[in-house]
Amino acid sequence: MNIQDFLLMRHELVLVLIALLLLIIDLGLKPANKRRILPVAIVLFLLHTLLGFFPNDEGVLFGGMFHSSPLILMMKNVLNIGVFIILLQSYGWLIKEDNKEKMSEFFVLLFSTLIGMYFMISAGDFLMFYLGLETASIPLAALSAYVHHRTKSAEAGVKFILSSALSSGILLFGLSMIYGTTGSIYFTEVALRITENPLQVLGLIFFISGMAFKISLVPFHLWTADVYEGAPTSVTSYFSVISKGAASFMLMLVLYKVFSTILPVWQQILYALSIITMLIGNLFALRQNNMKRFLAFSSIAQAGFILLGIMVGSKLGMTSVIYFVLVYIFSNLGAFGVVIAIENATGKVNMSDYNNLYKTNPKLTLLMMLALFSLAGIPPVAGFFGKFFLFTSAASAGFYWLVLIAVLNATISLYYYLLVVKAMFINKSEEPIPYFKSDWVTRTGLVLSAIGIFILGFWSQIYEWITRLSVGIL
Amino acid sequence: MNILSFFVIIPVLTVVAIGYTKTMHQTRVAAAIGMGIQLLLAALLVFLYLGERGAGNTAEMLFTYDALWFPSLNIHYYLGVDGISVAMIALTGIVVFAGIFASWEVEYLSREFFISLILLASGVFGFFISLDLFTMFLFYEIAVIPMYLLIGIWGSGPKEYSAMKLTLMLMGGSALIMVGLFGIYFYSAPEGQQLTWNLQEIAKNRIPVEMQRFLFPFTFIGFGVLGALFPFHTWSPDGHASAPTAVSMLHAGVLMKLGGYGAFRVAIYLMPDAAQEQAWIFLILTAISVVYGAFGAIVQKDLKYINAYSSVSHCGLVLFAILMLNQTAFNGAIIQMISHGLMTALFFALIGMIYGRTHTRIIHEMGGLMKVIPFLSVVYVIAGLASLGLPGLSGFVAEMTIFIGAYQHDDTFHRILTIMATASIVITAVYILRVVGILLLGPIKNDHYTHLTDAKWYERISTITLVVAIAAIGIAPLWLSDMINISLEPIMQKLATATSSFRSIF
Repeated sequence: MNIQDFLLMRHELVLVLIALLLLIIDLGLKPANKRRILPVAIVLFLLHTLLGFFPNDEGVLFGGMFHSSPLILMMKNVLNIGVFIILLQSYGWLIKEDNKEKMSEFFVLLFSTLIGMYFMISAGDFLMFYLGLETASIPLAALSAYVHHRTKSAEAGVKFILSSALSSGILLFGLSMIYGTTGSIYFTEVALRITENPLQVLGLIFFISGMAFKISLVPFHLWTADVYEGAPTSVTSYFSVISKGAASFMLMLVLYKVFSTILPVWQQILYALSIITMLIGNLFALRQNNMKRFLAFSSIAQAGFILLGIMVGSKLGMTSVIYFVLVYIFSNLGAFGVVIAIENATGKVNMSDYNNLYKTNPKLTLLMMLALFSLAGIPPVAGFFGKFFLFTSAASAGFYWLVLIAVLNATISLYYYLLVVKAMFINKSEEPIPYFKSDWVTRTGLVLSAIGIFILGFWSQIYEWITRLSVGIL
Repeated sequence: MNILSFFVIIPVLTVVAIGYTKTMHQTRVAAAIGMGIQLLLAALLVFLYLGERGAGNTAEMLFTYDALWFPSLNIHYYLGVDGISVAMIALTGIVVFAGIFASWEVEYLSREFFISLILLASGVFGFFISLDLFTMFLFYEIAVIPMYLLIGIWGSGPKEYSAMKLTLMLMGGSALIMVGLFGIYFYSAPEGQQLTWNLQEIAKNRIPVEMQRFLFPFTFIGFGVLGALFPFHTWSPDGHASAPTAVSMLHAGVLMKLGGYGAFRVAIYLMPDAAQEQAWIFLILTAISVVYGAFGAIVQKDLKYINAYSSVSHCGLVLFAILMLNQTAFNGAIIQMISHGLMTALFFALIGMIYGRTHTRIIHEMGGLMKVIPFLSVVYVIAGLASLGLPGLSGFVAEMTIFIGAYQHDDTFHRILTIMATASIVITAVYILRVVGILLLGPIKNDHYTHLTDAKWYERISTITLVVAIAAIGIAPLWLSDMINISLEPIMQKLATATSSFRSIF
């Protein structure tokens, strides 16, 4: 391997180094000073994120198992930005006494899943793809059970690992069918031999089902609400944006690269999936009181929207999906950031606790409102642009009825987002959450997501940048 | 910098300034100054516009400003005005200015109130100046959403229910619009050419008739929801009744006009074939709106509900006129929008002021107010007379023009509907005079009312501004209808290209 090859997989290598470095530093720290790992980890990750933006060439490693391109680099960068904000927002929680002993584990586990996602996105064959997927999933189960003395957290870990194993099994079964019929696991070779052969279509269905678990599409979403509720909130926000985003990218890449010849087949599958996902996600979100469960169902509904862009199969579709995920990361992290901050300060996570929050914590409330409006797709915040472009791409393929269903669903989603707004602004409360001030790191995280929510829409260069790098099915 | 951009910049600056104010007094003064400047700007725009036209400028849109925003989707920030939008901007300027003074006494969270109100106004102004469908839609939604907070926080009665109903129905409408816009965009240019969101460019192209048939209902109903098209009008009475005074003014006065304007500018202008073919369906619906709204107003006891139903009736008349598809009726529709905007704003302002004194809106609990608050009562009578179409006030000009336009169709179908709609004038007279009789005349029913004080200075500013505008249109309608008429030319030319002709089941 020469230096060029190293550069191709620099995201992975650097992050592995950081994870190892953190473990070593942690070994050297006295028990009383364990907290010092925290700023080190955040600063290192910031450097890693910034480093990721240096342009890179296209290239292939390990005989086609691993490949990199500006598009893939951009996807990784999008994920990095999200993870960085999550780290900032988790600061207030990590610094707590309970977590002192296992702080480095949090980072190592988190970075491991991220490395898995990198490998998954960069995969050039199904083996690397599967390795990446598993590397991404297993540490997540450990992270869900991070607060091991809380039953719900442990339950979340077990639930996640079981459903994850099941979905991996289904996925592998599908992949084996594809291998059996095409005789190859390399994306480029498989792509040439994919036809509407029933066994291959079955393989495709199993593959999509497996990925649907990760993205939590209905009817494979049943783990989502429980895991989201049980896991520590910082981990939940990781689940809802990074894990979901990476899996959506991967689903899109594989469908575009490998199954491009049978576009109409998976278009039909995704068409049906997206409709039920939006509908069920929205309907269940209507009656949630726990904010984490609420955001879980809202994120299921959002995943339904993402499918709209994926199924288009054009450059426009890919652009809108990446852009939507980027916007979604900022909006959802804005909402989760507020939930985390309030949970840290008071331990409350129910919507009814948020009553009259505006009176005591106006800034947090405004951020929450902006984030929710962004999730609902209300201008002038970025979510409007994300949704609008996503629907534009779906309309470009002539899916007008689907777009109609989607926009009507966006209206339903507005109802429950407004319920939170109503709680914060209108409902009266006997004992509202008292005024509190988070530490400056957490606040930086909140401000970053607020800035993202505001400028991502108006600043058209970002969308154009994604457009330049996106590709469609040729 | 282009003059039109200021219509968005000034409200935003005002909002920022209000954010820095400390006391309630500072807040409202800042709001008043900001919107005062906006009103002056609107007046300036009217003069500049008339000056340009007088100098012989025949371009379809004046003061255009074009900046590329999203190159890959060809989205522009494209501004421009014609006579119709100038008139609507002037209307908005007046109503917002009056609205600020009508809400002078909002105490609870006054800063947030004025911020939401002015944000809403910025959306309305933005909508009227944009000629790019994307930016138009963006501003449209900006104008809708602050409504939720405005009604939910500062409203009265079942405010949470009304606010949610209103927001969801309007957003449902904008969902339909969105589908329509996507269709328009993807058929905005002939095969192989650059697609565009630019309204004028799209108008040069002819959208395939089959697509028009599919897209027209989405677009028209979508905008129609905001224009209170039967049976999608139900948000309007509840919303208006629960909203605080200035919000009712702005909403009935201006926001509902977004619906009519959008239906006209987007649906009719860009899809003339489908408009010709499908007009009959919507004509029936709007005729129902007109008559049903008027009858609804007769049986109501609450002043705000009466006015909300009368708004359904009058806004129905706007859509009714638009669907007549001839120049006279179009002209009438635009004048009706402005006239109704002014008088309904005046009504809601007065209702708010009366409610602030008597603490009831039920007409039977009041009586003889003319004796104790003569100023407000006289203004109420003026508004009522304008509403029932008394010559010399704006309502007469608008309704006359509409019915003359409607009568130009000589088939039975149009005649029947026109006669039905004309009957609404009589019904309007019934409910207006009924209210005037019970509320203002007769004996004073409640002793407390003898201590009521008449309008304060800020209330006088608010009402006089509106009365002057109503009278100005009524006395000298020609400058307004001339201004509109020139701008109707391109739309009439586009309509003439339609190959489909009017069809109906009859």
